[in-house]
Amino acid sequence: MKSYKKGPHPRARGPDIRGAGNIMHRFANPNRFMRLSQRAVPWFAALTVVLLAAGLYLALVASPADYQQGETVRIMYVHVPSAWMAMFCYSGMAAAAAVGMIWKHPLADLAAKSTAPIGACFTFLALLTGSLWGKPMWGAWWVWDARLTSVLVLFFLYLGYIALNNAFDDPARGAKASSILVLVGFVNVPIIKFSVDWWNTLHQPASIARVEGPAIHASMLWPLLVMAAGFTTYYLWVLLVRMRGEIVAGKIRALRLRQVHGL
Amino acid sequence: MLNPLLILIRRDLRLAVRQGMDSMMALVFFVLAVVLFPFGVGPEANVLARIAAGVIWVAALLASMLALERLFQADYEDGSLELLVLAPVPMEVVVAAKIAAHWLTTGLPLMAAAPLLAVLLGMEAGGFAGLLAALALGTPSLSLIGAVGAALILGSRRGGVLLSLLILPLYIPVLIFGVAAVDAAAGGYALQPHLLVLTGLLLAALALAPWAAAAALRQAVE
Repeated sequence: MKSYKKGPHPRARGPDIRGAGNIMHRFANPNRFMRLSQRAVPWFAALTVVLLAAGLYLALVASPADYQQGETVRIMYVHVPSAWMAMFCYSGMAAAAAVGMIWKHPLADLAAKSTAPIGACFTFLALLTGSLWGKPMWGAWWVWDARLTSVLVLFFLYLGYIALNNAFDDPARGAKASSILVLVGFVNVPIIKFSVDWWNTLHQPASIARVEGPAIHASMLWPLLVMAAGFTTYYLWVLLVRMRGEIVAGKIRALRLRQVHGL
Repeated sequence: MLNPLLILIRRDLRLAVRQGMDSMMALVFFVLAVVLFPFGVGPEANVLARIAAGVIWVAALLASMLALERLFQADYEDGSLELLVLAPVPMEVVVAAKIAAHWLTTGLPLMAAAPLLAVLLGMEAGGFAGLLAALALGTPSLSLIGAVGAALILGSRRGGVLLSLLILPLYIPVLIFGVAAVDAAAGGYALQPHLLVLTGLLLAALALAPWAAAAALRQAVE
């Protein structure tokens, strides 16, 4: 049962100076985050550079060309880690949104918001590299295959999240609304995956089997794993930078509001 | 609990009847969108019969979405949504009532018009039962899923376009199995598996969507 709200009616509350008294409380935790992240950012940056340099050398120079796919197999070293990160980022966003909704943790909403553009970029990169690989291998830029379609839907889920997050004048409302959306979308992700699988087996049963390719050899597995580690550290690096930016932007917003209200 | 549900449904239905044409707009859009296809792809009978299921489903999906934008918007603008939030009824019941009214005013007319359009497109005679059964199970899911999006966009800038971006990706499973059911029935294959999956989607949406939409409404009026 819904109880009556305490306090005055929301419309009768006068000017909304969210933050004037709350600022200290609201940014108490983020201040510590700013100190810690400042120290962590250079480490992640250095790790990313080292891992990606090593990974690219292994992938482009040291690893052999595939006996069937030839040199185009090297696209995989960018494609597969991006696809992994696309899924990882969405799961991370859903977890962050849940934490933000349940415990009202201010950093969780920021983490979800900051993850979305990075995840969308990884998803786009996975689609783009897949398309570049598909042209020489399958003879088509795009195939309505189960995997491709589900990743495309994931991309739209990212876009919807970003659009909803930015659609409100009050950023706190955007964060709340988009948290609900990302959780609803997360329920849908496995459904999309399986439904499109069934949909395809009905229409074109056998042609997808060659997507799997040969079982992967160690000479190709290592570059792939190094690249994946590099992509992960890159994500953490950019995430921290973006979250720091969001916190600073929030502080500027709060200061402007105080100025406007003459406090 | 049941009484407020019925009262709310009756209120929304009465509003829809008194506003006359407004609630029929989705139906008119549905018919027009389907009628456009013979102009677009040409009047060859076998092509139209082949794509009939997909065309009808996509048009039904868009028509259902068209009516969703106003689902909570009018109540939000004139303040009655705040009264509904304050009322001693769980928000989930309010949402369920609004969804039921939305389905009765859009989903049901779409179902009634669909066989006629299927005749126009020359669908196989066997497909009609599949089409009606799939629409009966699928359109309530569309209303349920769409209600979450309709609640999320309240108070945002540019609600309508945003709504399509939010819920169309979520509609895809219903679309896939809805079309698969019609194609299976028209081609003489087993209809039941697709209907069972559609039922599963409907039950899942019924279990989850009212809660998500109620959460979205609460944060919209707070």
